[in-house]
Amino acid sequence: MTDATANSPALPDRKHSGSLMEHTARTRRRNNAEKRFRAYGLAAIGIGLAALIVLLVSILSQGLPAFSQTFVTMKVYLDPAKLDKSGTRDIEQIKKVSTFGYAPLIRAAMQETMTANGIDPEKFGLSEKAAEEMISKEGAAQLRNFVIAHPDQIGQTVEFKFLADSRIDGYFKGRVSMASAKLDSNVSPAQLQLADALKKAGVLKVGFNWGFITNPDASENRPEAAGIGVAIIGSLYMMIIVLCLALPIGVAASIYLEEFAPQNWFTDLIEVNISNLAAVPSIVFGILGLAIFINWAGLPQSAPIVGGLVLTLMTLPTIIISTRASLKSVPPSIRDAALGVGASKMQSVFHHVLPLAMPGILTGTIIGLAQALGETAPLMLIGMVAFVREFPAAPPEGFFDPASALPVQVYNWTQRADPAFTERASGAIIVLLIFLLSMNFLAIILRRRFERRW
Amino acid sequence: MPVLWIVLAVLGLGLIGYFVGRSRALGSAGGDIRQLHSLPSYYGWNAFMFTVVPSLIVLALWLLFAPTLIENRIAATLPQATLEQSGSTSLLMSEVRRAADALDLAVQQGTMDDAFSRNLRAEFTDVTGRLKATGSIITQDVTQPVLRAAQQYRVMSSTSNLIMSVLVVVLAVVGLIYALLRTNRDFRARNTVEIGIKSILILASSIAILTTLGIVLSMLFETANFFDQYPWQSFFFGTKWAPDFRGNSALGMLPLLWGTLYISTVALLVAVPIGLFAAIYLSEYAGPRLRAVAKPMIEILAGIPTIVYGLFALITVGPFLRDAIASPLGLGNNTNSVMTAGLVMGVMLIPFVSSLSDDIINAVPQSMRDGSFGLGATQSETIRQVVLPAALPGVVGAILLAASRAIGETMIVVMGAGAAAAQMDQGLGAIINPFQAMTTVTVKIVSQLTGDTDFASPETLVAFALGLTLFVITLGLNVLALIIVRKYREQYE
Repeated sequence: MTDATANSPALPDRKHSGSLMEHTARTRRRNNAEKRFRAYGLAAIGIGLAALIVLLVSILSQGLPAFSQTFVTMKVYLDPAKLDKSGTRDIEQIKKVSTFGYAPLIRAAMQETMTANGIDPEKFGLSEKAAEEMISKEGAAQLRNFVIAHPDQIGQTVEFKFLADSRIDGYFKGRVSMASAKLDSNVSPAQLQLADALKKAGVLKVGFNWGFITNPDASENRPEAAGIGVAIIGSLYMMIIVLCLALPIGVAASIYLEEFAPQNWFTDLIEVNISNLAAVPSIVFGILGLAIFINWAGLPQSAPIVGGLVLTLMTLPTIIISTRASLKSVPPSIRDAALGVGASKMQSVFHHVLPLAMPGILTGTIIGLAQALGETAPLMLIGMVAFVREFPAAPPEGFFDPASALPVQVYNWTQRADPAFTERASGAIIVLLIFLLSMNFLAIILRRRFERRW
Repeated sequence: MPVLWIVLAVLGLGLIGYFVGRSRALGSAGGDIRQLHSLPSYYGWNAFMFTVVPSLIVLALWLLFAPTLIENRIAATLPQATLEQSGSTSLLMSEVRRAADALDLAVQQGTMDDAFSRNLRAEFTDVTGRLKATGSIITQDVTQPVLRAAQQYRVMSSTSNLIMSVLVVVLAVVGLIYALLRTNRDFRARNTVEIGIKSILILASSIAILTTLGIVLSMLFETANFFDQYPWQSFFFGTKWAPDFRGNSALGMLPLLWGTLYISTVALLVAVPIGLFAAIYLSEYAGPRLRAVAKPMIEILAGIPTIVYGLFALITVGPFLRDAIASPLGLGNNTNSVMTAGLVMGVMLIPFVSSLSDDIINAVPQSMRDGSFGLGATQSETIRQVVLPAALPGVVGAILLAASRAIGETMIVVMGAGAAAAQMDQGLGAIINPFQAMTTVTVKIVSQLTGDTDFASPETLVAFALGLTLFVITLGLNVLALIIVRKYREQYE
C-alpha cells in the first residue's frame, strides 16, 4: 500500500508529471483559487464588522453632545411691580402673568450680568432683545414656574441656571460656526462673540445635561429643552405590561405544547401559527392594534396599554420558542423520577421541570423584552407619534394616559427641521442602546450563572 | 370603580372558599390526611376555582357585550328625524354617551340631584350650559331627543350594572356552595383542579391562533370596505399612486410594490454574498478564537433596533451617498434614496443570512467533506462543489426568510427611502435610478394611518389593503422557506 503510493509519481503515463514539491500550473491555480476564496470570506466578515463599527461610531459621535448642555447662570430680580401688581401675593393674580411677562426680567438680568462681569454689550452691537434671545425661550417658563411655586420669593434676587438657546449651545459643540451663523436668521455672529465673552467670564458654562434624561419633549423651536423623560416612562410602562402578560401566557402555552399537547390537527395549527407570527412584519401588528384595540375595543390612542398589548403579541412567539427549548433541555429522567414517586403529570411539570427550566425561560424573556423595547413601527400606528408633554400618571391609571416611547421619540425628532433635534435623536438612541446592552448583558449573566448542563 | 369592587368581592369569596374547602376536606377525613384522595390544598383550590372562574367569565362577557346591547336599544328608540339630522347613528350615539356622562358628573358634583337629572327637559332648562359647567366636553347643544336618550341610557346602564353585580356575586356564592357540597374525602379534587389548569394552558396556547385570526379578520374587514369604495382592479394593477384626501385619488399599488421589491433586491444583493461568505468562513475556516469574537460581533447587528439603522441611513449613509456618488454623477441630490435604504437594510440582514446559513452549513455531515478531501479536492473546492450544493435548499430558505424580512421592514425605509412613489408613467429611466427617493408599501401604510385619519375614506382604508397584501406576500415567503428548510432537514437527520 505504502509502496504503491510512493511509486505512483514515477509512473510514466501520468498526465501531470513532476514532483510534489514543485507546483504545476494547475496546482498553483487551484491554490490561488483557495486563497481568493478565503480572502472573500475574511472580507465578508471584515465588511460586517466595519459596518457595525461605522454604525456605532456615527451614532455615538452624533449623539454624545446631547448629554452636555450650555447653561447660563444669572441672578434675576423678581420684580414685584411686574409679577404682582396688586401687591397681595394672591396666587391667582400671579398666575395671570403669562410667560411673556417674565421675559423683561430675563432681559434686565442679562444686562445686569454683563455689566457686573465687565462686558460692554455696546461693543458687540447687540440690542437688549438680541442678548436676551441667547437664553432659551424655556427660561421664562422656568421663571414663571418658580414664582408660582414660591410666591414669597417675589421681590428677592434669586440665582437661576437657564438653558442657553440651542444655537449658542450648538456653537460650543461645534454644530454652529461663525460662518453658518451669518446665514442663520436665528443667531448672529455678534451673539456668538458675546457668548464667548460670557464663557470667559464664567457666566456661561457647559455641564452634564440631566434635563435631557428627565424632561418631557419640547416644541419645535426650543430643542435645548427637549428630553426623553416621558418616552422613558412610556417605554417602561409598556415593558411592565409586556412582562406581566407575555411571560405567564408564553410559559403556559409552552408548557401545554411541550408537555401535554397530543399529536393532532389543533396542536399543528397552534405550532404553525406561532412560527408564522414570529415572522410577520411588525407593522402588521400595528394594524392589528389599531383595528382591534383602538377602533373595536375603544382603548385610548397613544396609551401604553395599547402599545403593551401589541408588543405582547409580538413578543409571545419569541418567549414561547425559547421556553420550549429550555423545557426540552430538562432531561426526561427528572419527569420519570417525579412520576415514579407518585406525582401527577401536572405536579411533575410544575414542581420539577418548570423550576429547572426557569433560567432559560428568563433569558428568553429578557431577549424578547429587548426586542420589544426597540420596536417602532407598530407603535407609530397606534398614535404614539403624538406630541406628549405631560408625564403619565402612576400605574394603573397611567397605563391609559398618553405617552411616548423611546424609539418613537427618536423618529419624531428626526422629522423636525432643526439639526439640534438630530443630535437629540442620536442621544436618545444611545440611551436606548445602553438599555438594550444592559438587558442582553443580564441575559448572558443569567445564562452563565444558572444554566445547567445535564 | 364598581367593577374593581366586584372583582375584589369575588376574589374574597374565593379565598374564603379555599380555606373552608380545605378544612372541610380535612374534617371529613377526621384530620387524617391519608384518608383524603388529594392533598388538602387541592380541595381548597377546587373551591376557589368554582367560585372565581364562572363568575369572572360572566363579568367579562357582560362588560364586553352589555354596552353594545344598550346602545342598540337606545338607538332604536331615537326618532328618525334626529338620526337623519346628525348623519350617522354612531355619531349620535357618542353624543348621547357624552351627555349621559355629563349628567353623571353633574350628579356626582352635586349640581343636580338624581331625580332632577332624570326629569330634566331641554325645553325648560339650559341643559347644555349646566352640563358644560361640570367641565364635561359637550360639542353640540343638547337637544331634547338626545337628552331623553341620554337619560334612558343612564337608567339602562345603571340597571344593567346592578343586574351584573348581583348576578356575578350570586354566581360566585353558588359556585362556592356547590364546590363545598362536593368536598368530601373521596372527591377527586386534584383531577378537577388539574383539568382547570390544563384548560388555562390550552387557552394560553390558542392566543397565537386568535392573534392570527385577529390580524386576518381586521384587515379583511377593512379591505372589503376599501374595495366597496375603490375598484380592486385599479388597486392591484394601477400604475399611479397619488392619494388626495379631497377625493379622486389614484391608489394603484404597483409603484409601491416596485419600490418595495427594488429596495429589497438591493438589500439582498448586499446581505446574501456578505452573509453567506461570512458564514462559510466562520464555519469552515475560522479558528475557535476568531469564531468566538466575530460571530457574536456580527450577531450584535441583529440585536440593534431598526430605528437605529433608520437614523444611520438618515444622518450618515444618505448624505454620504449623495455627496460621494449621486451628486457628482448627476444621478440626483436626494439623501433619501433606494440605495441608502437598500444598503442599510442589507447591513441589517447580514446577521440574519449568516447565522441561518451557518447552522445549515454546520448540519452538512462531516463525512461528505471527508469524502471530498479524500478525492484530493481543496477546501474551497469541497465547499463550492460539495457543502454548498448539499446546503443549498437550506440556504435558499434562509434567503427567502431574509427577503420576507426586507419586504416587511418599515423604519429603515420610512427614514431612508423617502415618500415619493415611483412614477411608473414616466418611463423606465424614472424608476430604475437607484439614487432617487422611492417609497414602499410599508411607508405608505404608516403615512396613511398616522395623524388624523378618517376610517370611512378610501385614502385611509387603502392602508389595510396594503397591509393585507404585505401579510400575504410575507406569509407566502415564510411558508415556502419553512417547507424548503424542513424538507432539507429530513435528508440528514
